[in-house]
Amino acid sequence: MRFVDEFRDAAKARALSAQISALCEPGRHYKFMEVCGGHTHTIYKHGLEDYLPETVTLVHGPGCPVCVIPMGRVDDAIAIAEQPDVIMTTFGDMMRVPGGNGSFLDANAAGADIRMVYSPLDSLKIARENPDKRVVFMAIGFETTAPSTAMTVLRAAAEGLENFSIFCNHVTIIPAIKAILDSPDLRLDGFIGPGHVSTVIGCRPYDFIARDHNKPLVCAGFEPLDILQSVYQLLIQLAEGRSEVENQYSRVVPWDGNPRALKAIGETMELRPYFEWRGLGFISHSALQVREAYAVHDAERVFDVPGVRVADPKACQCGEVLKGVLKPWECKVFGTACTPETPIGTCMVSSEGACAAYYNFGRFSRDRVRQATALPSPTVRVPSS
Amino acid sequence: MCLGIPGEVVEILVDRPDLAMVDVSGVKRAINIGLLDKGEVGPGDWVLIHVGFAMSKIDEEEAKAAMEFLEGIGQAYEEEMAALLESRIE
Repeated sequence: MRFVDEFRDAAKARALSAQISALCEPGRHYKFMEVCGGHTHTIYKHGLEDYLPETVTLVHGPGCPVCVIPMGRVDDAIAIAEQPDVIMTTFGDMMRVPGGNGSFLDANAAGADIRMVYSPLDSLKIARENPDKRVVFMAIGFETTAPSTAMTVLRAAAEGLENFSIFCNHVTIIPAIKAILDSPDLRLDGFIGPGHVSTVIGCRPYDFIARDHNKPLVCAGFEPLDILQSVYQLLIQLAEGRSEVENQYSRVVPWDGNPRALKAIGETMELRPYFEWRGLGFISHSALQVREAYAVHDAERVFDVPGVRVADPKACQCGEVLKGVLKPWECKVFGTACTPETPIGTCMVSSEGACAAYYNFGRFSRDRVRQATALPSPTVRVPSS
Repeated sequence: MCLGIPGEVVEILVDRPDLAMVDVSGVKRAINIGLLDKGEVGPGDWVLIHVGFAMSKIDEEEAKAAMEFLEGIGQAYEEEMAALLESRIE
């Protein structure tokens, strides 16, 4: 296992750590939400909280696509998979996500043909090779993944592959952030913006956060230094009384996003009136569905889908974790009844889920001696974005 | 599935200009480059790959840093590479 002192440029990290501390007003507490599950993974893996003063708290947001899928949608997907001549295809991350009646893994063991794929295009290939089967792709993910699904639907249409459809569970990040901002449970000082989602949507959609809610947002890369740098930029904004959208990850994220990707999404998908998110409940216009022009590739039109809402297990507090209200270890079943091997909630399933990340790495991090107390040289230059 | 993996473009397929052969840590696989501008990448360029699609062109330094980072995160990266090994995009 690699610990924080082994990552690249640990000296720079210590310097940043000192500058972050210097920016914190005495007596003030800061809460920043990292929206993206990839960031959560980095934070725990590298013990980044050890590099921050006690007064800076990172809270984990809803940006783990597997984690926000409600149980009813897993049941719906399994109901589709159990229909005659169906091959259900999915990313590996979905296999162990529990529905009301078990997971894909359980359904597979019971005889349903469920296959893991790397790409929706692999799913399309299975459809091409099995003309007598109905091949369904379990489409999940935020705007990072939606363009790939959209391009695959366009390809299926161009090839006339009518035995290929998608079960569309794509969600959009902005309504989730809005729901969190409107929630009375949480007082946030700023956001670490998602990296890969922003590659697609760009930085402009976050403007309302800075403008209407007076909170800064910094789009961040995934390396430890990226995240520390982003915290530093957020604190500078607060110190200067600014709230703006900044792009720390400009080496990958274009300010305007990827127009081709947005066009592909817009061509094949439209916003649903509402969608249920695990933990956040029903959110208006927060998810995508297949446009009628591509109805033949829409599993919800091709198959009978039960569409039954299933309440989360009582013991599970994924909802509170996804909203950033609870830390993983504050959940009653964390690490006891709920582990990565036998997850009760989605946050323990995906490697990007806050609970799994904390279970795998964070516990060790908290036990370590705080290394950030040694060293810092205030003259070391801060890496520019 | 959420990881962006850097790959070096080896060739653009002649009969399928929306596909490119890329090298990811010595593994050669076809990916779709239809989300990039036409002619944006060619052999020797680096791209960030997400579930079989090049999402953005990146420079070599970023690619190296991203790969070093991914190799350090362990299981999630290993699972992604195992999935990529099974991929046969056409």
